[in-house]
Amino acid sequence: MSMTREQTEALISEVLEVYPEKAKKDRKKHLAANDTSLEQSKKCITSNRKSLPGVMTIRGCAYAGSKGVVWGPIKDMIHISHGPVGCGQYSRAGRRNYYVGTTGVNSFGTMNFTSDFQEKDIVFGGDKKLTKLIEEVEQLFPLHNGISVQSECPIGLIGDDIEAVSKKSAVVINKPIIPVRCEGFRGVSQSLGHHIANDAIRDWVLDKRDGQAYESTPYDVAIIGDYNIGGDAWATRVILEEMGLRVVAQWSGDGTLAEMMNTPKVKLNLLHCYRSMNYISRHMEEKYGIPYMEYNFFGPTKIIESIRKIAAFFDDSVKEKSEAVIARYQPMMDEIVAKYKPRLQGKKVMLYVGGLRPRHVIGAYEDLGMEVIGTGYEFAHNDDYDRTIKEMGDATLLYDDVTGFELEEFVKKIKPDLVGSGIKEKYIFQKMGIPLRQMHSWDYSGPYHGYDGFAIFARDMDIALSSPVWSKLTPPWKTAPASAEEKKAA
Amino acid sequence: MAKLRQCAIYGKGGIGKSTTTQNLVAALAESGKKVMIVGCDPKADSTRLILHSKAQTTVMHLAAEAGSVEDLELEDVLSVGYGGVKCVESGGPEPGVGCAGRGVITAINFLEEEGAYDEDLDFVFYDVLGDVVCGGFAMPIRENKAQEIYIVCSGEMMAMYAANNISKGIVKYANSGGVRLAGLICNSRNTDREDELIMALAARLGTTMIHFVPRDNAVQHAEIRRMTVIEYDPKHKQADEYRALANKVVNNTNFVIPTPIEMEELEELLMEFGIMEAEDESIVGKTAAELAAG
Repeated sequence: MSMTREQTEALISEVLEVYPEKAKKDRKKHLAANDTSLEQSKKCITSNRKSLPGVMTIRGCAYAGSKGVVWGPIKDMIHISHGPVGCGQYSRAGRRNYYVGTTGVNSFGTMNFTSDFQEKDIVFGGDKKLTKLIEEVEQLFPLHNGISVQSECPIGLIGDDIEAVSKKSAVVINKPIIPVRCEGFRGVSQSLGHHIANDAIRDWVLDKRDGQAYESTPYDVAIIGDYNIGGDAWATRVILEEMGLRVVAQWSGDGTLAEMMNTPKVKLNLLHCYRSMNYISRHMEEKYGIPYMEYNFFGPTKIIESIRKIAAFFDDSVKEKSEAVIARYQPMMDEIVAKYKPRLQGKKVMLYVGGLRPRHVIGAYEDLGMEVIGTGYEFAHNDDYDRTIKEMGDATLLYDDVTGFELEEFVKKIKPDLVGSGIKEKYIFQKMGIPLRQMHSWDYSGPYHGYDGFAIFARDMDIALSSPVWSKLTPPWKTAPASAEEKKAA
Repeated sequence: MAKLRQCAIYGKGGIGKSTTTQNLVAALAESGKKVMIVGCDPKADSTRLILHSKAQTTVMHLAAEAGSVEDLELEDVLSVGYGGVKCVESGGPEPGVGCAGRGVITAINFLEEEGAYDEDLDFVFYDVLGDVVCGGFAMPIRENKAQEIYIVCSGEMMAMYAANNISKGIVKYANSGGVRLAGLICNSRNTDREDELIMALAARLGTTMIHFVPRDNAVQHAEIRRMTVIEYDPKHKQADEYRALANKVVNNTNFVIPTPIEMEELEELLMEFGIMEAEDESIVGKTAAELAAG
């Protein structure tokens, strides 16, 4: 159901009612009825604050933000999880960052490298072990192009000097080694990990090819903040290349260290996930004068909008090719919409995801005639909500770092037709009889990005909503009592 | 057999904790008590006077060599020295790396699990690094470990600050466990009215100065030979001082939750004894030039 402002505000108050006074006061600031007249989200919602203990937040940690999000997908590097074994092992290959390459030979994306700290490493320090590990990595995987050292919590507690080891060993193996201080206890969520990872790239990678000869073209761009989940970055790259642009680097899905070092030579940075890579984009703008542009390739409406926005930055040849691209794909898009819109028209969706999807996928749903009536982010800052206000309808529900209880109550009361969230939410809501698509992993499908992705997105949403299973939720013994003949037959 | 008494010795760095502890333990051993020393300091110098060695091989170093602490046996880490005193050093990293506090925790857990605290023992003494800088160095005073804390101090200002700070740490664990302050041991530095001052401090903390150990070169003579005074020169009058201390420890029943004092109160005490000058508020934050002009 669509709600009026009064109804949305009443719902928020009702859900907050069960909290103790202090928790209620805190959580109230993170829940809001959207006000499309506002320019600044800080007038209606607070974000990027410490989660309350006991609320079952689904946030991650700084290590997750650095190793899991930003660094992990760089395929030709070996990312060492420095510390006890668990952080590396339980985050191994979990994010579906697709890449081309031979794993274990020249690509290492789905492997886990860890210093596997033991008691003695805590007491005596892990620097010698790290040096040894780097030697072994070099010996066993000679085709890697560099190493990142991702700090787990104990590294910060015992003060291991990973910078010294990195500098020393980098000379020995003659390849870059980047120490990253992303200890999990830092910050309130994975968000600080993104920032720390960006800063490490800035300080240890970005300027390494400055001044070197480079054959550039006027059409050089970099894809920033696309982690190629389910192949999203590839679906994007196809469009950009058809527009006549040269994609020099992919940050960081299916990307390489060399691509990152070449990025200061591009003409324009195309920023997909603003949250996790705005830092490095701003840095390149300040230091190298490279502008960055946010874009959105979810659903034909946003794709066309973004293609034209990007093309406007370049000369007429790009503009012409871009119009040709739009014209070429339009029949395919029309066909998809014609097929699925009648089945999905008017369906209501609630989202709760991470970096950019809580606002970026809204247009794709709208292209299918669906409506997003509630959305929220795990670890956003207010600049993310600034960008969300205009995408959402007036008086729709916004929830920041939503708690397990709140999301369940909201869904019970609002009764959306579909929830888009993660694995932790999936079975809770499906058991309540509400279809859920995972919007972190694309539910092991994808890509959802670009023209290619929209076809898959539309099909997947239809599969979720139209599955016959939802009509079987009431067991036979809870329907009308069986007739006498049926009993006899049994 | 009497119940095992576990005691921890704390005090400012360099105050003479290890020397005092080993002489005290030697005196206890001489009188027939069964004693164990557990050194809780990465420097591992808590047992050298008993063992006549430079530094005992420590639990953590052996554990690092063997792979993990689970691979060790008690015999590997336990040495027996003068008077049958059992000696263990927790060990830890060189300065500036790793986590010494975790080393203490690991080593003490190992000793407990391996049954080092056997029934024949009368006393265990933990000789702990200077200040309670983190949770690891508070390990000996947590529940089911040391029940009695002795603080070694002298009439110097910083030693008394440290004694007061350590008392604060004891209060924290006294409320949750059974640990109590058992007294101050004054290891004399020959400052003026030192005994009176420490007695006054002890009174403020709610405890007593259990013994005043005078300064004597015999201690250094013995140390050069890596021996306690008790062993090196048992007839020396300093040996009798340690015997007296040992006797007082054996008969001590005055175990209290300390009442640490505020910084101002401590400073008043120091001023009363002429160790600190009264503070002149009018000169605070003024440069030399300003004062000259004023």
